This record gives sequence, structure tokens and C-alpha cells, in this order.
Amino acid sequence: MNRFDYRRPSTLAEALSLATDPAVRYLAGGTNLIDLMKEDVERPLSLVDVNHLPLGNIEDTVEGGLKIGALVPNADLARAARITQRYPLLSSALLAGASPQLRNAATTGGNLLQRTRCYYFYDVATPCNKREPGSGCQAIGGLTRQHAILGASEHCIATHPSDMCVALAALQAVVHVESARGSRTIAFEDFHRLPGDTPERDSNLEPGELVTAVELPAESFDIHYSYLKLRDRQSYAFALVSVAAALRLEDGIVAEARLALGGVAHKPWRDREAEKQVLGQAPGREAFGRVADTILAGARGQGDNDFKIPLARRAIVRALDQAARAAPQRQVEKRIS
Amino acid sequence: MKQATSPAGVERQDACPTRLTINGEIVELAIPPWTSLLDLLRERLALTGTKKGCDHGQCGACTVLIDGRRINSCLKLAVTLDGTEITTIEGLAGVDGSLHPLQEAFIRHDGFQCGYCTPGQICSAQGLLNEAQATTRAEIREHMSGNICRCGAYPNIVDAIEDVIHKRNSDPRMPE
Ligand SMILES: Cc1cc2nc3c(=O)[nH]c(=O)nc-3n(C[C@H](O)[C@H](O)[C@H](O)COP(=O)(O)OP(=O)(O)OC[C@H]3O[C@@H](n4cnc5c(N)ncnc54)[C@H](O)[C@@H]3O)c2cc1C
Ligand code: SF4
Ligand code: FES
Ligand code: FES
Repeated sequence: MNRFDYRRPSTLAEALSLATDPAVRYLAGGTNLIDLMKEDVERPLSLVDVNHLPLGNIEDTVEGGLKIGALVPNADLARAARITQRYPLLSSALLAGASPQLRNAATTGGNLLQRTRCYYFYDVATPCNKREPGSGCQAIGGLTRQHAILGASEHCIATHPSDMCVALAALQAVVHVESARGSRTIAFEDFHRLPGDTPERDSNLEPGELVTAVELPAESFDIHYSYLKLRDRQSYAFALVSVAAALRLEDGIVAEARLALGGVAHKPWRDREAEKQVLGQAPGREAFGRVADTILAGARGQGDNDFKIPLARRAIVRALDQAARAAPQRQVEKRIS
Repeated sequence: MKQATSPAGVERQDACPTRLTINGEIVELAIPPWTSLLDLLRERLALTGTKKGCDHGQCGACTVLIDGRRINSCLKLAVTLDGTEITTIEGLAGVDGSLHPLQEAFIRHDGFQCGYCTPGQICSAQGLLNEAQATTRAEIREHMSGNICRCGAYPNIVDAIEDVIHKRNSDPRMPE
């Protein structure tokens, strides 16, 4: 690990003023940043420890939703009564991720900004455009079991590893950010990026900007939802493919459909056109299969990960079916119903 | 990649004064900010019960309790824990040397083979008891999934934890 300055501000203004240099990093739970620093992937000049800022609450919004402070630990968020009762999709996705120890340390803001688990990104001895822009992408033509099937570019085929973010994409959350220049909000779909020719940028957060909260709109999909995560072992493993499905049914007909995919792209993947296709229809595997076909029409495997295309198709159909039956995937009992 | 240099006008502090309560004892130390809690415990405080398996959050061998919550000590910088209470495997037994109910149960159920993962398993199990989220075997397994056992002692580990949970539920005087 390189040597760095350590700062522990107690006010937001102080924290923001300490983070104007792009080589400064905010430190939250540390479960991703410290790991990357041990590998020399991250070599910050200075760490601004944000854990003493007042960003640890969950508040009701006037619109009937919730505002989740950036420091709320993943474990606490997953168990909070307002989340388990009103946004069980989010709770379920959180509980599908990492381990109890990691969820105790990991924060809402840090989870959003965790970096890819691409093996080559982690290995400083190999070229990687995300780590070292312009150096090349060792994953293309290499080991690609974890890699993207949607939205990849010739410069980077990495995936975003978060489970929580897949649920937040489906729920259409809004990210609140602040910097020394002021505050703004970012719609969840616009928060993370596709790699294009700038894979070094995971998100549209500008240097120095701090995530202060994640806001959930009132619509919570507390009946017809499911988070289905498929992985190499049943717990404590990143998703190969995951699906957050949420439906609103009126008189047995789909009135609203939300679908987000994890493990398949550089960001949680949503396809609004595909979601629209099932509106006004009775829920069923055929209709859901057509949604999956639309989403995956542009999918491309890299070799090792070709299996993800049929796996994603089945996972989409199954998760939508679970949502329609109000029989969400259980994260303790792993059998897929 | 080039070595980081301090921005102009900022003095780098190579050791930060930090106050920790470790297994009930107050410890005041100047700690370099890049020291993990795991390395602090093992290398400076000679508390070698906490084990280093992967050093990357992937195995759970380094699990300790911070203010009663289980975390991976390899991914925590010690300086960030100023003011907290840390419990390691050395702090679970009674002051008179009597074993903690989880330690007894691990022995009774043969919950280990080589023993390398055991301190992490036991601290993690104490965290699980504090969380009070698991009662069934399936729940215990899932909530202990952050602790890998290379020897595969899993069935006996679950037996030991289940035993303690059941005893605690039937005897409210059992220590927390
Ligand atoms: C072995 C292992 C398995 C895992 N498995 C899973 C899994 O299955 N599913 C899953 O979803 N995740 C998994 N994770 C990842 C884990 O969820 C993330 O590491 C965690 O959510 C990051 O949160 P943190 O608070 O620890 O972030 P940190 O490590 O503190 O920070 C991560 C990044 O975010 C930045 N940051 C932090 N907070 C803010 C903020 N408020 N504003 C702006 N920037 C900020 C930091 O500067 C840093 O760049 C796993 C991790 C490990 C080590
Ligand atoms: S896929 Fe992206 S992160 Fe992985 S090596 Fe290529 S450029 Fe780097
Ligand atoms: S040593 Fe910390 S999780 Fe393996
Ligand atoms: S007893 Fe050997 S690793 Fe668990």
C-alpha cells in the first residue's frame, strides 16, 4: 500500500474542501478501496474518511419515498423495517450480496462506487484501459467468465459487480451528490456509464463529488417483485447473471414492469422498450420470453461467457414469473421456485 | 505508477494518535494510517488469535467484533476505529479463563480440524448471535457464509452454533 494522508472531517463542508484534488479518495466502509490499495490499483494521495459525517439516516420524503444516507451500512439497510416492508426488492438484493461481515462494513455510497472485479483490472502487471487508459484490454481474448454480454466496447468488457444497484435501477432511485461547487441529483440510469472509449470512468460522478444520499420514489413494488442471482457458489460470490424484476398488476394484467440485470454489463442494465412490450398483457412465460428476447437481441458473448446469454434469458423469464406469482426468490432457502 | 507525493502545504502524518478499547482494555497508540486492524492486532499487539487467510475480505479468518458487529479486520484501517470497542477471540473467554459457550460448543461438536479458520468462525458466530437473525440451520449456514473453512468442518460448525442458539433460547440467563 502506498503512503497517504489521512483526514477525518466531521462536517460535509470540510470533507468537500479536502477532496478537490482528483487523487484524493473518500473512504467509507473501505471494503473495496482498501482491497484495491493493497493491490496498488488505487494509490491515493490522501484519504478523506467520511464516516463521521451526518449521512447515516433513513428519512421519509414528502413525496412518500425514502432518502437513504450514503453511510447507511448495507446490513442495516437490508434489515430496516421501512425497507423490508416497503422495498423488499432492495432488501433482497442487498442480502444476496457479499457476506454478513462485509455488509456490516459496506455503505450505500460505497456500494454504488465499487469498482469492477475484472481479474485484469486487479492485476497491475497486465494492461487494462480502465486502470491505465490507453494500455489495452487484456480481458478481450482472455478469461471472460465474469465479463459483459451487453453494452461492452472494444476498449473494455467489464461488468459492474453490485447487487444493490440492480435493485436501485429497477426502483428508479435518484442519487444526491454534493461537491465544493454545489449539489445536484442524478437519475439512477444516468449514474453509471457504459465503457465506450472512456472505461476509466465508471460513473458520471465528477472528481470531488460526494454521494450524500440515495432517494427511493414512492412506488415500491412490495408485492410483485423478485431478485434472482445466479453465481458459481450459492453464497459469498458475485453474480454471473442477476435479475431484479418488479411488476404492478391490475386485474391480472401487467400495468407496469421494471427489469434490471446485473453481471451482464458495465452498469445495471435496463431496457425500457422491452419493459413496455409486456404492458397490457397477462403475465406468462411466453410474454416474458419475448421481453427477454428483446433485451438480449444485441447480446454478444466473449467466449468463456457465452453461456450468460441463455442463462440471462432463463433468469429474466423466471424472475418475472416469480414476481407475477408474488413468490420472490428467497435468499436463505436457495432453491429456485 | 508514480509514487504519491503530498500536495503542497499538507504535512503527511505518518502516525495518528488512536484510542481503542481492545478486549476491555484501553489502548492508546500512534498508528500509521496504512495499517490494517488485522496487522495492528497481530504484529503490534501480539494478539495472534485473529488469523490472516486471504487479506482481501474473501475468507473471514480475520473476523473480529467492532462495537459488537462482526467485520473483516483485514479491510479496516486501524486509525478509522478511534473510539471503538474491539473484541477478538482472545476477549471472548471469561477473565478466569473459562471458555465462552461458543468455544465450548465448537469443542463439543468437533467444529474444526486444523483450527485456522476457528477464531474467525467463533467471532463471526458471536456476531450472528448479536444480530439475532438466524435460528434455523439454513439461516445459520447462510449467515455464516462469510467464513470459509478449508478443512470443510461446516456441518459441525453449524451444529455447534445451533446448539448455542437453542441453549440461549431455552435459558435466558445465558451470557450474551
Ligand atoms: C470478497 C468480497 C465479496 C463481495 N461480494 C459482493 C457481492 O456479491 N455483491 C455486491 O454487490 N458486492 C459485493 N462486494 C462488494 C461490496 O459490496 C463493496 O465493496 C461495498 O459495497 C463497498 O462499500 P464501502 O462502503 O466499503 O466502500 P469503500 O471501499 O469505502 O469505497 C468504494 C469506492 O467508493 C468511493 N466512495 C465511498 N463512499 C462514497 C461517497 N459517499 N461518495 C462518493 N464516493 C464514495 C470510494 O472513494 C471508493 O472509490 C464484495 C466485496 C468483497 C471484498
Ligand atoms: S475488461 Fe475493462 S477492466 Fe477488464 S482488463 Fe479490459 S479494460 Fe480493464
Ligand atoms: S484475511 Fe480478512 S477475509 Fe481473509
Ligand atoms: S478447520 Fe481448517 S480451515 Fe477450518
